[in-house]
Amino acid sequence: MPRAKTGQMITVLVAMIPLLGLVLGLLTGRLGAEPVEAITHETGEWALRLLILTLLITPLRQFFGWNALAPYRRTLGLLCFFYAALHFATFLTFDLSWRIDDLLTEIRERPYITVGFFSFMILCALAITSTRGWIKRLGRSWLRLHRLVYLALVLAVVHFLWLVKVDRLEPLVYAAIASALLAWRLPLLFGRRPLTYATLRRPGEKAQKSA
Amino acid sequence: MLIKKTQSIRENEVTSQEDYLRRRDFLKSSAIAGSMAAVGLPLLSSCMAEQEATAESSPSPVSPLSNVIPAPPQYSIAKSKITPEWEATHYNNFYELGTSKEDPARNAHFLKTKPWSVAIEGEVEKPGQVPLETLLRPHPLEERIYRLRCVEAWSMVIPWIGIPLGQVLKQFNPTSKARYVAFETLYDPKQLPGQKTRALSWPYREGLRIDEAMNPLTLLAVGMYGNTLPGQNGAPIRLVVPWKYGFKSIKSIVKIRLQEDQPMTSWNDENSREYGFYANVNPEVSHPRWSQARERRIGDWTKRPTLPFNGYADEVAGLYAGMDLRRSF
Ligand code: HEM
Repeated sequence: MPRAKTGQMITVLVAMIPLLGLVLGLLTGRLGAEPVEAITHETGEWALRLLILTLLITPLRQFFGWNALAPYRRTLGLLCFFYAALHFATFLTFDLSWRIDDLLTEIRERPYITVGFFSFMILCALAITSTRGWIKRLGRSWLRLHRLVYLALVLAVVHFLWLVKVDRLEPLVYAAIASALLAWRLPLLFGRRPLTYATLRRPGEKAQKSA
Repeated sequence: MLIKKTQSIRENEVTSQEDYLRRRDFLKSSAIAGSMAAVGLPLLSSCMAEQEATAESSPSPVSPLSNVIPAPPQYSIAKSKITPEWEATHYNNFYELGTSKEDPARNAHFLKTKPWSVAIEGEVEKPGQVPLETLLRPHPLEERIYRLRCVEAWSMVIPWIGIPLGQVLKQFNPTSKARYVAFETLYDPKQLPGQKTRALSWPYREGLRIDEAMNPLTLLAVGMYGNTLPGQNGAPIRLVVPWKYGFKSIKSIVKIRLQEDQPMTSWNDENSREYGFYANVNPEVSHPRWSQARERRIGDWTKRPTLPFNGYADEVAGLYAGMDLRRSF
């Protein structure tokens, strides 16, 4: 347990590096002509990357049997929420100057904001209910609620795809990764057990023996 | 910081620009910047690593322009509001030189602008392939300090140097059938490597109605900030139509064609729901991606209200009398 705690602390510290980079970039003018855009893009991308890392934990556990990774799912999920919150706060502060009526208009009229906002709402709900108290209180519905994380991922990727003007390569790479993560969960839908490294290895060993 | 409410386009720019310039000086002289790079921190963020490369990349070869007459005051806004030259030359949309804002400055060296000629075609009595020098010779160069409003909801103030397009067109005697003017950017993937990818259908095309083209505000620019245009800003000759979104102001022009029909234009062709032929700056007609009600002047933190026709309504609103600007956006 203390080992996992240390690991989680290190994870948090490492995850603060992009934020530190933004702060230093801001102080030294390295964010370029449009620092607000740079901040929006960095925080948005890190929210998405951390969401993907969060969802990578379970496949890694299942495939390799690395159960020690379990505590990191929550850490990474909360870090994703942290960057998503910074991303949203940047938009609200510098693009909208906290005009809530404008925010509602944006959510209503701009599809990429609509999906981004719903993704963020899901992340909020999951962050709030991530505590031990809420896990107890919600019981079985906690699991069902937290499956929404997949929807949050899909919406975030769609958000990225829709905001790009012409060059879709980067969001398509994220879309491919997200699809792979979702595909991994497919067997579970059909009541199958997920693929593991152990089951993969067995036929391989046989092949080696016969050779 | 600079978080202020701005009421009109005339306030607040002076301080923000000075702060901005000071910030650059700080960057240049600062040992912190160097030690930061040494620690390698900025590299952790790909976006900032790019900024770094841009800042260090060689400046495009520009040369000073002489005998430039200052514009009549109605065509210029105060010098104090001018966007710092570095931002205006390092934050560009010129997809022929790459799709990110930093790409064009980095790739500008591919573009060779000497020799350069412009084909004048279509409904004119004296068509021809005209060397750039010949095209410019009869006209005095004027400086015009214009607002530039991008459809992406950011803006700058830029001191252009050029000639009113109308003066140039008259020289070729347009016929009575010349109702529109079509423009084309150079097509040469070696010089404009972005054309190797299919970001848009190349060459880039733009167009104006003849009365828009003849309006005294419409400029054929060959310079900015006292120098010839850098590649990333559309060297050696580009259009500047200050009351329209920036994408109308086509860069690196090789062809000007006068014609009877409304020309095809690149962004309209790419996505006609989002980009119209007119593309007049209009805070009331929002783009599906961006509200056009406000804009961020480069150097500011928050956004300011956008003005109808980008603040040039007195000069150009009459061109559109009786038109439904919501439909003809
Ligand atoms: C609260 C709702 C959200 C709002 C209002 C919002 C707003 C924005 C805006 C304005 C941009 C820049 C668009 C442009 O450059 O034209 C952006 C980009 C982006 N956002 Fe969001 N966003 C939201 C939620 C999210 C969430 C939850 C994620 C991920 C988990 C996310 C990931 C991204 C990414 C990856 C980009 C692109 C960054 C890049 O181009 O490099 N956003 N968002």
